[in-house]
Amino acid sequence: MALLRHALRATETVCFVHTMISIRSLTFAYAGHSPLFDEFSLEIPRGETWAILGPSGCGKTSLLYLLAGLRYPTRGGIALDGEALTRPRPRTGLILQDYGLLPWSTVRENVELGLRVRQFYGEDGKHTPLDFQPAKSLASWLERLGIREISDQYPAQISGGQRQRTAIARTLALEPDLLLMDEPFSSLDAITREDLQNLTLSLCAQQQLTLVVVTHAIEEAVVLGERILLLDAAPNRNARVFENPGVRSEGYRETSQHQEICSLLRREMQRETA
Amino acid sequence: MKRRDVLLAALTLLAAWQVLAMIVHLPILPPPLEVLRVLFRELRSDLLIHFTVSLWRVAAGMLLSVLIAAPVGLAVGGSARLNRIFSPFIYLLYPVPKVVLVPVVILFLGIGDTAKIAIMFLILVFQILVLVRDQASGLPPQLIQSLQSLGAGRRALFRFVYLPASLPAILTALRQSIGTAVAVLYITELSATKYGLGYYIYYKGSTLLDYPAMYAGVIAMSILGLGMYFTVDWLERKWCKWKFVS
Repeated sequence: MALLRHALRATETVCFVHTMISIRSLTFAYAGHSPLFDEFSLEIPRGETWAILGPSGCGKTSLLYLLAGLRYPTRGGIALDGEALTRPRPRTGLILQDYGLLPWSTVRENVELGLRVRQFYGEDGKHTPLDFQPAKSLASWLERLGIREISDQYPAQISGGQRQRTAIARTLALEPDLLLMDEPFSSLDAITREDLQNLTLSLCAQQQLTLVVVTHAIEEAVVLGERILLLDAAPNRNARVFENPGVRSEGYRETSQHQEICSLLRREMQRETA
Repeated sequence: MKRRDVLLAALTLLAAWQVLAMIVHLPILPPPLEVLRVLFRELRSDLLIHFTVSLWRVAAGMLLSVLIAAPVGLAVGGSARLNRIFSPFIYLLYPVPKVVLVPVVILFLGIGDTAKIAIMFLILVFQILVLVRDQASGLPPQLIQSLQSLGAGRRALFRFVYLPASLPAILTALRQSIGTAVAVLYITELSATKYGLGYYIYYKGSTLLDYPAMYAGVIAMSILGLGMYFTVDWLERKWCKWKFVS
């Protein structure tokens, strides 16, 4: 059995997939509504940071849920890391708008939650990847996210920024290769938001994560995404992707390049809604 | 609420009782000190047995209701489909006053403890069921989805979300129904039994006309209710610490 597992892993390494997310002819509609996506295709390479930007109702959050395996395409398919997506995938981390922390658990217990869910099932390959051995301890994640001091407090006792740090620590403790975030910083004050945006980028670089962030804020999209997918009013047929190569350089948000891309996106969004 | 304040309130009530007894000055309202004296005397004879029997009946009814209502409430509240099927039934049955079923239950289950426990159960089970169901169905979808994204399937969701979320609802339901449960206990013990505080109070008061002993029974019954109240509070502080942080 161990030998077989070893062999399997070897083949995985051989056919190394460069594409993290592959969306093929995706059609998606909520029952009784007109489609949000119609024959929509997109490839997201491994290790890149992407922002999905668009007005409300354009389907950006639905796309994230589809990627998370919490919704299913009406037609077409999504493959993550070369595998067709049929259920939430253990190596995908999802962080939702209001963080989904358990109110009855302390910060430490919340960060531990994913690991406890994995222990609950054991290594079954379905809920938990086979051979899951966390490389970093829980304590080091609490430390890295700056929430060690508050680790015995409950979510109701801490600030919005601290709650978001807890949610990030909880997700990263499971060592995902893909991180999906839905409006993660929209309810935070400006300084905390910048702080967490920078932290997210540096964590993604460190952990070699592929990042997909959904946002309605142009600024945020340009700060986080090295590529920006702009969604139109539904139905979306073609992926309109904007390059934003400066995103990993320090102090990017003060540069004129940043400003230019922001204005470009603003013009594009205004044109659509006009 | 401070413990000292509760003690102070108890002493004030006893004082008011004392004053009232002095004003009324009739055998049907003996002063508290005399009642307490009789209470300790009666505890040494047979009041303790009556107390234990009553405690057993009400505790068994409560435990049985939690064991049945909590899982059913979780299942119904956790599934939109089950909720659609069962909620109309719960809606219709919830407001039926279960006390009026006492004669029916006795006809079916006889005069033993089973009938009395069954009545406790009938009263408590809907209260708990409704509160647990509403708690489970009111959980924010983001919470459920976040857990699913951490790999949680149905079983883990129950273990890590629905169960801890329903615990305060169960305790709240218990607290709300203790008063009713003890009142109904009294009614069920009025007939067809020779044990229990209800029987004791009725027998001492109406048959023997031993009023101090009757009041001792009333105090014992209050202590029974109060003790259950304290127990639920204690469990909530122990199990739901997060509700007590600011």
